[in-house]
Amino acid sequence: MEIIQEHDVLIVGGGAAGLRAAIAAAEKNPLLSIAVISKVYPTRSHTVSAEGGIAAALDKGDTINSHAKDTIKGSDYLADQDAVEFFVKRAKEEVLLLEQWGCPWSRKEDGGIAVRAFGGMSKKRTIFAADKTGFFMLHNLFERTFAHENIHRYDEWFVTKLLTDKQGATGVVAIDQKEGELVAVSAKAVIMCTGGAGKMYLNTTNGAIKTGDGIALAYNEGAILKDMEFMQFHPTALPKTGILITEAARGEGGYLYNAKGERFLERYVPNKMELGPRDLISRAINTEYKEGRGFKGPYGNYVHLDIRHLGEEKINQKLPQIRELAKDFMNVDPVHKPIPVTPTQHYTMGGIHTNLKGETNIPGLYSAGEAACVSINGANRLGSNSLAECLVFGAEAGIAAANYCRRIKHRNPSRKKLSDEKKRIESILTNKGKENPYKIRESMQKVMDQYAAIVRTDKDLTKGITKIRDLKKQFKKIGLHQSNMVFNSQLINTLELEAMLTLAETLLISAKTRKESRGAHFRSDYPDRNDEKFLHHITITKGARTPKTATLPVPITKWQPEVRKY
Amino acid sequence: MQRIITINIKRYDPETEEVSIAAYKVETEQDATILDILNFLNEHKNAAISYRFSCRMSICGSCGAMVNGRPTLMCSTFIRDLPDDVTVEPMRNFPVVRDLVVDTDNAMDKMRDALPYTSFVSKKSKKPLKQTPEQLKKLKQTSQCIKCMLCYSACPVYAVDDEFIGPAATATAYRYDQDNHDDLKEERMDSLTSKDGVWKCSFVGECSDVCPKNVDPALAIQKMKIMGVLHTTKKLIKPSKSKT
Repeated sequence: MEIIQEHDVLIVGGGAAGLRAAIAAAEKNPLLSIAVISKVYPTRSHTVSAEGGIAAALDKGDTINSHAKDTIKGSDYLADQDAVEFFVKRAKEEVLLLEQWGCPWSRKEDGGIAVRAFGGMSKKRTIFAADKTGFFMLHNLFERTFAHENIHRYDEWFVTKLLTDKQGATGVVAIDQKEGELVAVSAKAVIMCTGGAGKMYLNTTNGAIKTGDGIALAYNEGAILKDMEFMQFHPTALPKTGILITEAARGEGGYLYNAKGERFLERYVPNKMELGPRDLISRAINTEYKEGRGFKGPYGNYVHLDIRHLGEEKINQKLPQIRELAKDFMNVDPVHKPIPVTPTQHYTMGGIHTNLKGETNIPGLYSAGEAACVSINGANRLGSNSLAECLVFGAEAGIAAANYCRRIKHRNPSRKKLSDEKKRIESILTNKGKENPYKIRESMQKVMDQYAAIVRTDKDLTKGITKIRDLKKQFKKIGLHQSNMVFNSQLINTLELEAMLTLAETLLISAKTRKESRGAHFRSDYPDRNDEKFLHHITITKGARTPKTATLPVPITKWQPEVRKY
Repeated sequence: MQRIITINIKRYDPETEEVSIAAYKVETEQDATILDILNFLNEHKNAAISYRFSCRMSICGSCGAMVNGRPTLMCSTFIRDLPDDVTVEPMRNFPVVRDLVVDTDNAMDKMRDALPYTSFVSKKSKKPLKQTPEQLKKLKQTSQCIKCMLCYSACPVYAVDDEFIGPAATATAYRYDQDNHDDLKEERMDSLTSKDGVWKCSFVGECSDVCPKNVDPALAIQKMKIMGVLHTTKKLIKPSKSKT
């Protein structure tokens, strides 16, 4: 196996967090060699699909204190309050930095940055670029990387292994998909910015690439994962395709109706209505379905999202993509008809445990973005905090990694590890088993949809664990039908599946351990929050045979846990 | 509504260098996309076809291909708009890597020549800058480019001369040029008016026809040509600082 060893900081993943980390490291020290390795061309990263906006307390009359308070209440008091206080302050700086770089934020008449209302935020503080905020940010960050000669890219390289030795991270092994070769890239520091693992569910807003690879790579080398039980379901996605209809549709004034024509949120979040937090609205819709007040369609229940009263001009100006998507994929023009929507998996709150600098428990390994868990999101992320999180903690991780590189010497990855990894990949490629990876993937997704979605019970989670373990056994007997490694989609999908099976098990075990209801984790057998026993993070690490759980305290600075009402 | 269609997929095996057409009869819904059908063939028929895709909502720009001879995104090409016989081929004007995967690196790298950034250095500022809705409007259209590379696939100049900077990179250059926060107009114009720059465009307009986001790169190129004439004339009279 060839070893490329010219890099100081190696970033895995080219979405908002990864690119921001690369730019931060490059600016911190122009003499460092920075590399971004991504399984797709960076502009295909799922940041591109983020629609509604990015939160920062920039508007007149807004305060970082208010942003912090909303975020902590939104998290059902499981966010680390020191991390949130740091985050809200830095979010403002990051939004202004991107403004300077030319990110086309939508504007007020006087030229100031416009803000819109978002769920769980007590003030208008979501900065946006029409309803394609993630797209504009990602392209702006990507284009900015060209201004730095010390940022090197490995596009469409799929990382199969994180390399570590006793002193920490030493690089990665990856498939160069175009050449069809397995290559080792060594580096002093590695930053995992590979996003969440939404594709372990069948019904998800996530793109096909969101398979949690980096979280699993880190876990396999001993990194601590945290808050894995918390999976966010977005209240409004299109049925069947799972295509996201942004919360901004409600932020701009849209209503939700059940099949009886009621604005049913009155019964659940009367003070906030459509601007309640995602966990409560998704659960409310779920209750409406259970009690027979959902619309029945060919792809299951749904409710109506009505934005007709906003008028064509406002829809075209503020929500142009939503109109396009509803027309193309639902045959519904929201100017004339309500949009059918349903709760759908959206965001992985858990991930690789990091501190404020993106440092993990493995020296030289950093993480940021959806792959990481700092945690500012706790049990429920507020919409528009994740794009800000990518920038703030991407930048922090980039700077921390750049500093770390000055302190340590380069170490070569062990030859033995490289040859073992080569054997492992070759055996997956040439295995003559009978099992089909796509069938196993579909089974896993159905298990997660059924047993680990909006409402959970001990019985269901236990069943889920058994089923996922059975699928892991089946996985060992797969056989592929595509030879060599040049853009071998079966091989890549199989490696992605392996990562998701690993993470599905950690999610189910963490969820079973948390015998209370908090944020997005609702247990019908334990319907109340239990601060006495569970006001802590659950961490999970790889054990000799099965994963091991432990707990971590939640730092509380100013805001004592209260009953969470909207 | 269900329909039965024949989908012919052009395949290329990099190991044997063999090119072939794989034909499948598929029962499908009218509202299915070409991408849905390819995914179905891979997941349920063991077709093992290689192609790029991710977002399935025409924003990530991965899934460009020729469908019945026209460059398009497969995720937003619906069966309801197609005849019963559909041919899917890799994007034109690029070397094929495997099946529908082509090597677009040459075209992608042209972004570098567009100097797609506002300045070389970042200044820390605590105060927001201003940009009025009118100023924002100037870059609205060209900032929609998703870099799907369909325009390069449609460009008759790029087909015969891959040194040409091409449509998407020029549109991106125009987008930054129009930004009121931009500091690099002269440097960017030097790059765009070099020998492989905008002059090579023959203004056929194919790029704008196939653009899935209505970026109208052809118009951006024409505007850059006009600005380029002024820029070059100005330089003849008074050489710019960056060249001295």
